[in-house]
Amino acid sequence: MTLNPRPAPDLMHDRDAAVRFDSVGLRYGRGPDILSDLSFDLPSGSFHFLTGPSGAGKSSLLRLIYRARQPSRGLISLFGRDTALMPRDALPGLRRRIGVVFQDFRLLEHLSVFDNVALPLRVAGQPRASYADDVADLLAWVGLGERMHAHPASLSGGEQQRAAIARAVITKPDLLIADEPTGNVDPAMARRLLRLFVELNRLGATVLIATHDITLVRALDAPVLELADGRLVSRPRAA
Amino acid sequence: MSKPDKPRRPAPLLPPDHARDRPLFAVAAILVFLASLAGFGAAGAWQAAEGWTAQLSSELTVQLIAEDARDADADAVEAAAQIARLPGVVSAAARSRADAEALLRPWLGGAGLPDDLPVPRLIAVRVDPDAPPAQGAIEALLRDNPYEVVVDDHARWEAAVQRTAGAVRYFALGLVAILALAAAAVIAFAARASLAARWDVAEALHLVGAPDRYVTGIFQRRFFFLGLKAGLAGAGLAALAGYGLAQGAGAAGAVFFLPIPALGWSAAAIAPGAALASALIAAGAARLAVTGELKARWP
Repeated sequence: MTLNPRPAPDLMHDRDAAVRFDSVGLRYGRGPDILSDLSFDLPSGSFHFLTGPSGAGKSSLLRLIYRARQPSRGLISLFGRDTALMPRDALPGLRRRIGVVFQDFRLLEHLSVFDNVALPLRVAGQPRASYADDVADLLAWVGLGERMHAHPASLSGGEQQRAAIARAVITKPDLLIADEPTGNVDPAMARRLLRLFVELNRLGATVLIATHDITLVRALDAPVLELADGRLVSRPRAA
Repeated sequence: MSKPDKPRRPAPLLPPDHARDRPLFAVAAILVFLASLAGFGAAGAWQAAEGWTAQLSSELTVQLIAEDARDADADAVEAAAQIARLPGVVSAAARSRADAEALLRPWLGGAGLPDDLPVPRLIAVRVDPDAPPAQGAIEALLRDNPYEVVVDDHARWEAAVQRTAGAVRYFALGLVAILALAAAAVIAFAARASLAARWDVAEALHLVGAPDRYVTGIFQRRFFFLGLKAGLAGAGLAALAGYGLAQGAGAAGAVFFLPIPALGWSAAAIAPGAALASALIAAGAARLAVTGELKARWP
C-alpha cells in the first residue's frame, strides 16, 4: 500500500497558512536559546514531518504551536491570527481546533480509555449519546475496542499511545501535531496509525509529526522540517 | 464477537481524594463548629441584651420612706394605687415590709430586723417602654403626701448593661468573622494543594480546549460540596452543643444574666446558614486559588 498525503497547494499566501513562524526564538528564563530564528509556514491542509536529534527542540517547537508556551521573540500565527494578540478567552476555541499527541500520552489515570478519548467532546459540551458510537468506532479502529473500559495504568505503552492518538483525532481537528506518535508501537501498528493521520490530512487537516523514526518519514512523500540545535537546517518553504 | 458495551455514565473528571479530603473536612468542620458556637453566642448576647434593656426600661422602683408614726404598708398601697392611674404606667405593686426585709436578708442576715428600724417600702412600677410617664411625674404626683419618695428609673444600670451587651455582641461577631477568615484561608490552601496534586486533570482539560471557567468550575463544585458537608457536620454538632449549653444554663438559673445560646428561630437559621456559608467560602476560595494558579501557569 502506498501512503500519500494530500498534495500541498502550489501557492500559499501567509493568510492561508495554518501555522506561521516568523523569526521565532525561545529561551527559558535567562538560559540559552532553545529555539532560534525559526521561520516557516505550514500551509492549511499540508502534511509535514519534523525531525532532528534529541534535544534539537522539536517538543519545544510543538509546545509553541499549541501555545503551552509563548515565544521569547518573533511572531507565531495560527489560522491567520497572531497568537500573542489573542485574548485569553479565545484560546480554548483555538485549542479545540488543534489535536495534540503527547510523547508522554497525558492520559488521565482515573478515567477509562473511553472517557479519555471522549474528553475533548465532553469538554466541548456535546451530549454523550452524540459521540458514544464515534468513540467506540475509533477505539475499535486503533485496536482498543476491547479495552475501552480499561484504565491507562493497565495498558501497555503502545496501547496508551493509541489511546492518546484517538483522543487527539476524535474531534477531527484542523491541525494535528504529534510528538513521536509511533515510538511505542510495532511497525504494523505504526503504519496503521500513519494511515489514520493521512486520512485526516485528506479530510483537510494540517498535520505535523515530530519523529526520530526515519522509516516513518520515508513511508510518505511529505516535506520535512529538520531541526538541529534549535535552528531549522532544512525547510520546504521559506516564510 | 460482540462489541463491548459503551460506558453509560462518564466518570467524574475530578475523582474523590479521600486521603487529602479527610483532614480538610475535619478542619473545616471544626472551624464551622467554633464559628457556629460564636454565632450562637452573638445571637444569645443580642437576645439577652434586648431582654435586659427592655426589662430595665420598662420598670421603675419607687422607695417610700414614711414617718415613724405612720402605717408605711398602707401608705405604699395607697401610693401604688395613685401611680397606677398615671398615663404610661402599666401596673404598680406595693411591696410589704416582709418583702423589703427579704431583699435585705443577703446583707443583714436572717435574724430579722428590729421592729422599730425604719425600712423603706418599695413599689414596683411597670411602664409602657414606648410611652413612659413624663420625667418627674411620679414625684409630682406624690409630692403633697406625708412621706418621702425616691424614684429609681434604672438609667444608670441601663447604660452599663447596654455597653456590656454591645461589647459581648461585637466580640462574638468579631469571633465569627475571624473564624470565617481562617476557614477561607485553610480552604484556599487546600484548594491549591488539591490543584497541585491533580494538575494532570487541569492540564489535560486545558489542552483539549476547556476554558478556565470549566476547570475552575470542577474544583469549585468539589470544594462547595466538601464545604457543605463539613459545614453541616460542624453546625449540627454546634447546635447540639448549644442546646446542651442552654439547658445547662437554664437549669443553673443563669438564663437572665448570661448570653446563653439563642435556640429560637435565629438559632435555627444559624446552623444551616453556617453550613451554606462554609460551602460558599470553600467554593469561593477554591475558585480564587484555581483561577490564580491557571493564570500563573498559562499566562
